[in-house]
Amino acid sequence: MSADQIISSKTSLLQRPWRLWFAQIRSIVVLETRRNLLSWRSWWVYFLAFAPACIILLHALFDHGRGRMDEDTLVLAGIFQFYYLRLGIFFGCLGIAMRLIRGEMVERSLHYYLLAPVQREVLLVAKFFAGAVRSVVLFGGAVLASFLLMYAPYGSAGQQFISSDAGRLHLYAYLGITVLACMGYCSIFLLFSMLMKNPTPAALVLMGFEFISSILPPFIQRFSVAANLRHLLPVSIPAEGIFNLLTVTTEPVPVWLAVLGVLVLTAGILAVSCYRMRRLEISYTTE
Amino acid sequence: MNSEIIFGDVSKFYGEVLGVNRVSLSLPPGITSLVGPNGSGKTTLMNLMTGLIRPTRGSVSVMGLNPGDAYEFFRAVGYCTQFDSFPRGITGWDFVYDGLRLHGMNHKQAADLTVEALTRVNLGEAAHRKIAGYSKGMRQKVRLAQSIAHHPTVLVLDEPLNGLDPMARAESLALFHELGKQGMHVVISSHVLEEVDRISDRVVMMTGGYVIAVGNIHQVRQEVREKPMQILVRCAHPEVLASKIFELDHCVEAKLHADGAGVFVRTRDVDQFYTVINRIVSEGTVKIEAISPADDDASAIYQYLIGSDGGTA
Repeated sequence: MSADQIISSKTSLLQRPWRLWFAQIRSIVVLETRRNLLSWRSWWVYFLAFAPACIILLHALFDHGRGRMDEDTLVLAGIFQFYYLRLGIFFGCLGIAMRLIRGEMVERSLHYYLLAPVQREVLLVAKFFAGAVRSVVLFGGAVLASFLLMYAPYGSAGQQFISSDAGRLHLYAYLGITVLACMGYCSIFLLFSMLMKNPTPAALVLMGFEFISSILPPFIQRFSVAANLRHLLPVSIPAEGIFNLLTVTTEPVPVWLAVLGVLVLTAGILAVSCYRMRRLEISYTTE
Repeated sequence: MNSEIIFGDVSKFYGEVLGVNRVSLSLPPGITSLVGPNGSGKTTLMNLMTGLIRPTRGSVSVMGLNPGDAYEFFRAVGYCTQFDSFPRGITGWDFVYDGLRLHGMNHKQAADLTVEALTRVNLGEAAHRKIAGYSKGMRQKVRLAQSIAHHPTVLVLDEPLNGLDPMARAESLALFHELGKQGMHVVISSHVLEEVDRISDRVVMMTGGYVIAVGNIHQVRQEVREKPMQILVRCAHPEVLASKIFELDHCVEAKLHADGAGVFVRTRDVDQFYTVINRIVSEGTVKIEAISPADDDASAIYQYLIGSDGGTA
């Protein structure tokens, strides 16, 4: 590429109506969040998100004083790694992302967006962020609640741990992983919902892939959300008993590379989704 | 800028099913009615025009704009579809307002235009109720409000009179007429031919995915030459006139009007018929009060071309 071409493409990029696009994305995210954040139809997503927090609350109320804080730290790590990351966020994002495009096609309301003066790529990105925000609010809130409830019964010792560097590091790591997982899975399921009418079978295949990803070659692991995020977990679960089956020790990957891996994966999937979105036609009769 | 809506040899197939085939049209501003039975391709043509579907072959251009450039295109185009569905739990106000915010308008601009559009379709009072509780006519009105709220220059209306009571129909037609007079493109599909016929500048007649006639309704009638034209002659002694008409070769039918004060004549040669009528008038045999074409409307032409009654389709 010549210098002139580079300058020309830079000028072309700068001339794009970025401000308008950001405003439109913000409008759509606000609109979607207002319409869908709290909805009776999504009760099962709330259940997926908050069930562990409820169990931890019951544990705090009725089983108080029987455990040790370091044991509960491991329990929390197990809940996060084996429940939230592998099941809760996975299926929650499936439910949320399926509604974004496919759900609107089933309800015959997608055309209102397609008839608005919004580039389809902008609409797709806005829909993705709307889904990601919704899942982050639900699962981030649930993870935060689980974390606080786990240490609350320990009184001042628990409070001290939460405010310590280690405690804050754990919390930030869990929340950061939740955000990245929500982004990664929302983008994948958004694409699935555009490629097929019922993305659930494909989601189950993906779940199998995510489950075995850590024993796959490193290059293939780059395409797995869970495999990338494993390297960010703040607490390692000892490979003992039942956890022996679920825990695989892999070569460590730097944090920045793991984060970048998920972000690049998300961006790549969104690029494919944008291409699909541009070619999308409204044919409600076939839904 | 090109002011026409142009279909260049457009075909659309849904798999093996034909939507429209080889449609070439050029529509100037004004009111254009798409007329045809169910499945004739009217909605397909409208969806192609607004980019909801893409042509299998050919190209569509609306005033030189392409739906691929969504921002420019949909600021100029409003489409009131016949999909009777809305986002869940939304009020009429939010439905129109949210659409305007996507244009990049601020709260005040969007709110002002929302009020204006809802008032224009007489839905101001029900605006803050949920659409799920609206009647069919109100849902039709709120869709219309949304499609006109941003002041488009091209308004595409798919069966906009469905579900409206007679008063609302008249109001809607008056609104379309007013918009058409302002130089807008108003493209309407409707089965209620008598009503759209009154306000249309041109009709596009369709059947089986093909366009079979285009133009001003009177021009289209002239083109249907193989069908004898029906003329109503109002006169004092219709039976006398009918007997004289039977002597003419080009007249194939003469039928007395139900009120006994006129006769319907079917003729293959209108010019010849008028010459004969002039002669009869000058002879003073029959006193003629009025002569008018009786099948020079969309409904009759629809019947001739498509073979069914447009008014009941």
